[in-house]
Amino acid sequence: MSENKTAWERIQLVHNTGRPTINDYLPLIFTDYYEMHGDRLYGDDKAVIGAVGRLDGRPVTIIAQVKGRDINENKVCNFAMPHPEGYRKALRLARQAEKFHRPLICFIDTPGAFCGIAAEERGMGEAIAKNIAEFMTLRTPIISIVLGEAGSGGALGLGVCDELAMLENAQYSVLSPRGFASILWKDASREREASEIMRITAEDMVRLGVAETIIEEPLGGAHNDLDKISENIKEYLSQVIPEKCQKDIDVLLKERYTKFRKIGAFIE
Amino acid sequence: MFEDFFKVVTKRFNGGDDDYKPPMFKCPRCQGLSPLSRYEELHRVCPACNYHGRLSAQERISITIDKESFREFDSEMKSRNPIDFPEYEEKQEELRERTGLNDAVITGTATIKGSPCVIGVMDSRYMMASMGSVVGEKIARAFEYAAANKLPVIMFTASGGARMQEGIVSLMQMAKTAGAVKLHSDQGGLYITVLTDPTTGGVTASFASLGDIIIAEPKILIGFAGRRVIENTIKQRLPDDFQLAEFMYEKGFIDMIVERRKMRSVLSHLLKLHGYNKKGV
Repeated sequence: MSENKTAWERIQLVHNTGRPTINDYLPLIFTDYYEMHGDRLYGDDKAVIGAVGRLDGRPVTIIAQVKGRDINENKVCNFAMPHPEGYRKALRLARQAEKFHRPLICFIDTPGAFCGIAAEERGMGEAIAKNIAEFMTLRTPIISIVLGEAGSGGALGLGVCDELAMLENAQYSVLSPRGFASILWKDASREREASEIMRITAEDMVRLGVAETIIEEPLGGAHNDLDKISENIKEYLSQVIPEKCQKDIDVLLKERYTKFRKIGAFIE
Repeated sequence: MFEDFFKVVTKRFNGGDDDYKPPMFKCPRCQGLSPLSRYEELHRVCPACNYHGRLSAQERISITIDKESFREFDSEMKSRNPIDFPEYEEKQEELRERTGLNDAVITGTATIKGSPCVIGVMDSRYMMASMGSVVGEKIARAFEYAAANKLPVIMFTASGGARMQEGIVSLMQMAKTAGAVKLHSDQGGLYITVLTDPTTGGVTASFASLGDIIIAEPKILIGFAGRRVIENTIKQRLPDDFQLAEFMYEKGFIDMIVERRKMRSVLSHLLKLHGYNKKGV
């Protein structure tokens, strides 16, 4: 059921409703899945989970940013704000997906990469840059789905893909409306106004060529019917994954490059 | 947010009848005052602490490459307003007049002591060298040209990050540029990044961090998140040297810190070490 909500209403919906997280979706979409841990360089970032499992019987690799469903879960997963080791774990598992010819499915759900001393010391910029560049030429299909919020470079670290889908009320933004208002107008309280001019909704993403698909949410939002929204996500994946797997990989890579290459607005 | 870093201050000497006021430079790193003429003579390097200040793209090109070797790409490219951001066009029009630039990066081909290369230089005077459609497109084209013509790329980076006024389109330029770097790299091309003050945000998290060789100028700011953002997140003051070139060097993200007066010579050596010799030789 498609509803007309403002960007601000969608932000409230994503933040304040006990919206389902990847931990709710995993058992309803995939079977036989095993979580994999660690980046083999520094540690295991609990803000990013990686798993190997099956979608309709087909082995797939799953990488996802994890939001907590309560404060205790959020303490563990750092409110879905990854450190560099989260992106490096993602890259390790992405390369493994390539090696074993498994399609890669990324679930994006983060306010952004974590801003802190340790994150800078361990090279947050380098970690995200590396993922973007390596995902661009990863020789296996990549599908990314934005579950709730996709914040800035922290989202793009899992966002280079053959096709991007947005849940109907999900948002993708260059930074939070609050940050946007505080940088541009030096007034964080104007976040509502910022959210409406920033173009952050699923429809905006399709219009701007950033996303290809919108996955419909149950009436009132994903939290109202977990089975239904899981079914919708699975239906999308069941259709898009075989389609991409059938394509010649060199053609797929060319199209992936072009998808991002053509985003921009300039005159000469 | 970095605009006040580079404030040239004029100090008045209260010398009674003598109203001579030599223009002074106040260093954003050591806070020391030195005569502006001395600072300029050193190509904007602080005589007291060796902080390497900001240069315009034109100045940078002229002290780096062989005279008259520059052929610019896409000099007329200008940004549109992809998310219809209020007053974006007006702001750019004013900056074009003030800086003589059409956007925040200049790209082209040049030679350095005879070695041919593709060069890109970002200019922080233009909207803090934030990356929007034009920066993304010009950089992607520069790498694609270099890949097609088997040339190395030298990129002098400086940026406050994403261009907020272009919203999500700005963010996608990270993918566009990093993708083009990868394409050039996969074909065996050499890419040298020179990080200059300040290199932050989405530029750090894309092409600036992807050089085969990463050089930084002394004492410059390098980071992903802004200092204030981190301080607000962790609720404590950061040490003064946090995110300076020397800090990132210690942490293993930079190959070498090179002083401005030696940069041209170091770049020339590195190009030749990778087999990019004089044209036709």
